[in-house]
Amino acid sequence: MRIPCPYCGARDAHEFAYLGDATVSRPDPAAPDAEDAFFTYAYLRDNPDGEHREYWYHANGCRQWLVVTRNTRTHEILGASLARASEVTA
Amino acid sequence: MSARYSFLSLITNALNGQSGWTPAWRDAAPKPAYDVIIVGGGGHGLATAYYLAKEHGIHNVAVLEKGHIGSGNSGRNTTIIRSNYLLPGNEPFYEWSMKLWEGLEQDLNYNAMVSQRGIINLIHSDAQRDAYARRGNAMRLAGADAELLDAPQVRQLCPFLNFDNARFPIKGGLMQKRAGTARHDAVVWGYARGADRLGVDIIQNCEVTGFLRQGDAVVGVETTRGVIRAGKVGLAVAGSSSRVTRSLGLRLPIESHALQAFVSEGLKPLIPGVITFGMGHFYVSQSDKGGLVFGGDIDGYNSYAQRGNMPVVEDVLEGGMALMPMIGRLRLLRAWGGLVDMSMDGSPIIDVGPLPGLYLNAAWNYGGFKATPASGWCFAHTIAQDSAHALNAAFRLDRFRSGHVIDEKGVGAQPNLH
Amino acid sequence: MTRLAHGGLINRARTLSFRFDGKSYTGHPGDTLASALLANGVRLMGRSFKYHRPRGVFTAGSEEPNALVELRAGARREPNTRATTIELFEGLEAQSQNRWPSLDHDLLSVNRYLSPFLGAGFYYKTFMWPAAFWEKLYEPAIRRAAGLGAAAALPDPDTYEKAFAFCDVLVIGSGPAGLAAALAAGRAGARVILAEEDFRLGGRLLTEQAAIDGAPARDFVSRAEAELASLAHVRIMPRTTVFGVYDGGEYAAVERVSDHLAVPAPFQPRQRLWRIIAKRAVLAAGAFDRPIVFPGNDRPGVMTAQALATYACRYGVGAGATAAVFTNNDAGVAAALATAGAGVKLEALIDVRPALPAPLAAKAKALGVRVITSGEVIATSGKLLTGLTVRSPAGTETLAVEALGISGGATPNLNLTCHLGGKPVYREDLAAFVPATLPPGLAVAGAVAGQFSLADCLAYGTAEGVRAAADAGFTAPTLPAPQAEETATGIQPFWQVKAKGDLAFVDLQNDVSAKDVGIAHKEGFRAVELLKRYTTLGMATDQGKTSNMAGLALMAELTGQGIAATGTTLFRPPYTPVALGVLAGHHRDKDFRPTRPTPTHDWAQRQGAVFVETGFWLRAAYFPKPGEKDWLESVNREVNATRSACGVIDVSTFGKIDLQGPDVGIFLDRVYINMFSTLAVGKARYGVMLREDGLVMDDGTTARLGEQHYVMTTTTANAGKMFQHLEFCLQVLWPDLDVQIASVSEQWAQIAVSGPRSRAVLAQVVDGADVSNAALPFMGVLQTTVMGGVEARVFRLSFSGELGYEIAVPARHGAALMEALMAAGAPFGITPYGTEALGVLRIEKGHVSGSELNGQTSARDLGLGRMASTKKDYIGRVLSQRPAFLDPDRPMFVGFKPVDRSARLKAGAHLLPPGAEATTAHDEGYMTSVAYSPTLGHSIGLGFLKRGAARIGEQVRAFDPVRGGDILVEVCSPAFVDPEGEKQRV
Repeated sequence: MRIPCPYCGARDAHEFAYLGDATVSRPDPAAPDAEDAFFTYAYLRDNPDGEHREYWYHANGCRQWLVVTRNTRTHEILGASLARASEVTA
Repeated sequence: MSARYSFLSLITNALNGQSGWTPAWRDAAPKPAYDVIIVGGGGHGLATAYYLAKEHGIHNVAVLEKGHIGSGNSGRNTTIIRSNYLLPGNEPFYEWSMKLWEGLEQDLNYNAMVSQRGIINLIHSDAQRDAYARRGNAMRLAGADAELLDAPQVRQLCPFLNFDNARFPIKGGLMQKRAGTARHDAVVWGYARGADRLGVDIIQNCEVTGFLRQGDAVVGVETTRGVIRAGKVGLAVAGSSSRVTRSLGLRLPIESHALQAFVSEGLKPLIPGVITFGMGHFYVSQSDKGGLVFGGDIDGYNSYAQRGNMPVVEDVLEGGMALMPMIGRLRLLRAWGGLVDMSMDGSPIIDVGPLPGLYLNAAWNYGGFKATPASGWCFAHTIAQDSAHALNAAFRLDRFRSGHVIDEKGVGAQPNLH
Repeated sequence: MTRLAHGGLINRARTLSFRFDGKSYTGHPGDTLASALLANGVRLMGRSFKYHRPRGVFTAGSEEPNALVELRAGARREPNTRATTIELFEGLEAQSQNRWPSLDHDLLSVNRYLSPFLGAGFYYKTFMWPAAFWEKLYEPAIRRAAGLGAAAALPDPDTYEKAFAFCDVLVIGSGPAGLAAALAAGRAGARVILAEEDFRLGGRLLTEQAAIDGAPARDFVSRAEAELASLAHVRIMPRTTVFGVYDGGEYAAVERVSDHLAVPAPFQPRQRLWRIIAKRAVLAAGAFDRPIVFPGNDRPGVMTAQALATYACRYGVGAGATAAVFTNNDAGVAAALATAGAGVKLEALIDVRPALPAPLAAKAKALGVRVITSGEVIATSGKLLTGLTVRSPAGTETLAVEALGISGGATPNLNLTCHLGGKPVYREDLAAFVPATLPPGLAVAGAVAGQFSLADCLAYGTAEGVRAAADAGFTAPTLPAPQAEETATGIQPFWQVKAKGDLAFVDLQNDVSAKDVGIAHKEGFRAVELLKRYTTLGMATDQGKTSNMAGLALMAELTGQGIAATGTTLFRPPYTPVALGVLAGHHRDKDFRPTRPTPTHDWAQRQGAVFVETGFWLRAAYFPKPGEKDWLESVNREVNATRSACGVIDVSTFGKIDLQGPDVGIFLDRVYINMFSTLAVGKARYGVMLREDGLVMDDGTTARLGEQHYVMTTTTANAGKMFQHLEFCLQVLWPDLDVQIASVSEQWAQIAVSGPRSRAVLAQVVDGADVSNAALPFMGVLQTTVMGGVEARVFRLSFSGELGYEIAVPARHGAALMEALMAAGAPFGITPYGTEALGVLRIEKGHVSGSELNGQTSARDLGLGRMASTKKDYIGRVLSQRPAFLDPDRPMFVGFKPVDRSARLKAGAHLLPPGAEATTAHDEGYMTSVAYSPTLGHSIGLGFLKRGAARIGEQVRAFDPVRGGDILVEVCSPAFVDPEGEKQRV
């Protein structure tokens, strides 16, 4: 599998570290339902069989966190952007 | 009904040209309703049905399988059975599974080739020895067997390991002699035949496409072969858990991942038991047919593809060659991939709910095969009694909310690291 | 001798000698072991897996099920090697396998008399009585009888390499379609890799009788190869098997660099693993000839018709003095005619069809070949084939032949098209499965696509080559496709001869017979995957390349649901078996993983240090002195010297992260549980970080070097992980924070000097800076120079509990700093210590380390709960408030002393109430770290105990059955030495 790193170009996936679902965002810790929201954030996943937005870190490259859109059924990669720049929304 | 296997049935069939055999299980058509429906015809689902009938007298049971039985992880694993867990939430459960393995063949009248040739987890540092001692002691507390070996003892058992030129020298091992392997497909077939003999309907090519609801409660399933009502619905669908529960509006603490496994060409007996490398992702055993069966880490990214990629293939074999430099000229015959349900703490879920009428058996990570008997046994208890047995009391779904996680590796809520 | 008088692509001018089962033979360059053995009249080459029936060579390629041998000897022995793919070399040595005592007289061949018992599924129904006999008796016997060849059980003496390659068009296979595709793509200007598993290009063209562009097919091969070789952007890779298709246009291949030599040349690997990244690929892997199932179809001498023709035409070998061919298709007829044309005496061509196509019938007549139409072979005879019984409308007759070529039709070699999940579809008109959905970027051409005629192979090969090049951006005009006469491809599907008699085999290697398919059907194992698993059909080393089709066709007939609905089993990588060594490459022995020496490694080596692996690092464990009787004596000396005078240790392995920017303070407040924004410049602070789930992730000290400049240390083990985590926090969670971070673990050497005399030693190496307690107090940081101008950071930290400093200098000065400290410290009794003493010193102080930070413990568990700030949010705060974390029964961090002070504690022991039964229910915790404390004169330990903090002074049982330990210990505070921490502040 090759990840199209916006900085480095298409690179072998073994250069990257994988984190997981990029559609979850860290909740407001001050909110009254924070514990519930953090539980959901830390533990529950859509785990789709299809398109999945996910975090990859170019550990042996430019050290950038990427949001990669990939199909979990075919492994087809539909795009990658810098996590820093992307609007992380569900 | 499938005949009981005995010397007599074998001889009779040898003499009549093997013409007397009958189907090992009936190819049942779905009835309109059952007391219990188990979704998933893998080892866990079939074992659950078997124990529902045998232990709890619930015979009006159907097992629904979207393909043919055993077509998922039950038939793709590396066949290891062991009860060498660390944490109190896990170890008694897995030890019960080991005890069920030990009586399985007589119980099922089916030779699943349970072979207790032992497992050795290799130790490469003092810290690792302490960690394995902690584990071995936990095993002993739960009534399992465990021995701590020093390097000469390991060398005597496995002289072919790399003792003299290793990057990470072997300093000992944790051995469980009662561990070993079983013939994975035979486990599926044995439970299927056993369940069938107790009246369970095994319905293949029957995919669950939705659930029948009455208010909050689940009262049946919609399938590719029609609607089937049920008093209780148990899910045992491993890597498909999130997919199956999506229509119920549930999100689970599970990610589906790809795990590869490998087998070499057949060889005359070369290694005893199961060996796991403590400093690389590699473990190996040899099948009765002679193939070295081995594996390593999961591929590490969400996947439903049931296949993996080269970096893990190479990583596994690097570990293999580092540990056993004699395997260089042997050949990889086949690599395959399974769809594993990795959970947020690396431990399973067997629980009532989370909806009325629904029961969940999932999150087996990369280690569901060894759990098959106890998983079925405990899930059957949980369904029949509407509450967990003490052995699966820790496998609650709400443990993630309460913080009572069972994290053997201590890596936290990141499934691909477990 | 059955070497034909003429022909074959062998060099008859040179003779190679080789040995098989101890006997000497000769062959020629261009031979395989199989062709050379046949040429020497050796027809018996192996024994089958289950019944140990005698078997001969069945194919002429990598799909071979029968002729498996142990190649080479000693540590280079390679079991299960296909004689059909072994390129003959001078001095080759091979042995037959899976037989005893000899290939000719194999005792286990009695198994054939047990065959009425040993049907499919036999194992699952028996060996259960009595239960105890399985592991003691039955299973060992089965294991000994099973397996095929024997491994050498010695380290592989050869080396392997790995490499990446990139190309525009990868062409797999060099038969007519592959050559045409490579020519087309190469002429268009694309970077082409042409991979061929054989040692010679050409594939079926090496046997083909039809002409291409008016010349013999072999001439076309030569011309094509020469042209491809002349193109700089085309790379021809013979002896290279593409064995797997992976995501993103990646193809895994193994190049057999040296397998055709007795031993690899100096500095050459045996094999090389290629990961080829191709924009486009054309699979032109051809097709296999498949057998027909009939009684006795496994006798040595029975082989595929294509193999019979290949031995005759390519190798100049008659597989027997006399031969026949049994077929249902035109390619089988062509193979028969090619065989006869090459000079083999063909007794008969038996075709199940009522008539041959007219042109083929005419050719047969011209060659004088007797044709038996509507004929079937119903029996064979001889241990090695001596005769056939043929049934036809004319009656039943016997033919005396030594070789029989059988052809049940072509099975496209589509393995690679399925690796990404593609499922082939059945075409009734071809009686074959052909690829349907293909991996992205991969096209198929020629026989693999069901385009069986030579003309079609060339035309489609050219078209796919042009298309692949165009897709990769190369559209230069190319030449027209090579032209060939049309070859007939008719077939009448025919799978099995209905006749009673000997076993009729479906899978030759695994001894699966038509009867076994019947048993599987009766018992309900009807899905192809169940059929496979129950009977082992297709599970042998050939993965059923020649046998699967007949197996599923027989099942389809029994179920009546047709072949298309029956489907195939899954094809998985590798396409053919791959040496395990090549997948590991050079990652073995000491090179399995990198070794990281510390900056003072060479110095430590000179001091006689004993080293220990710490992750990838090698660290000094202790420094034995002459006369010391064991490691403990050395470690005690090092600890005592540090507590009484001065000790020194290289701590460069800690992770070091440089953080700069206006928002560093805020950032650190969010990642640590305690405050860092309030830290004064020139000060350091110990900090704890949690994961978001509330458990401790890492600890370490972070110092503030300037208003906007901090430097963090992490544990050695977590250095990489922590950096990744901080990058995640900055890039993903809080991209608005203005902070830059860099890993400087490799850039700074860091040496800790500890003990009451350490200040005096430090004063000797700094360039005049004031290091007094007032100028550099506890947790103070000094940026200065040492050793006459070397930039340095001095941190007044203490892991040992003594007065101590950590001095960081640029890594290249690390060794010099160590030397300088040793020289300066000599008068003060400076003593180098290693990780063992480091462990003792920290356990005596009750500091947590890797054994306690095991990912299962919270800050509260570790007794660090009070560090957590209540004035801010931080990662892990919210979820660390969950009920489980506040449970008073949770194991808490405490210390332990043996009640009998002479007893030794053991890490890993579990803690039980005295007198309680040793069960999981009574498990109250465990010991994490232990040491012999030379300061206290007895063993001490750290660990976690249920409600531990409230149980100081209680006795509990330390239960360690795996080492035979079971002692009483006293619960105490974890700080054994200087609990008030006064010594570090002096």
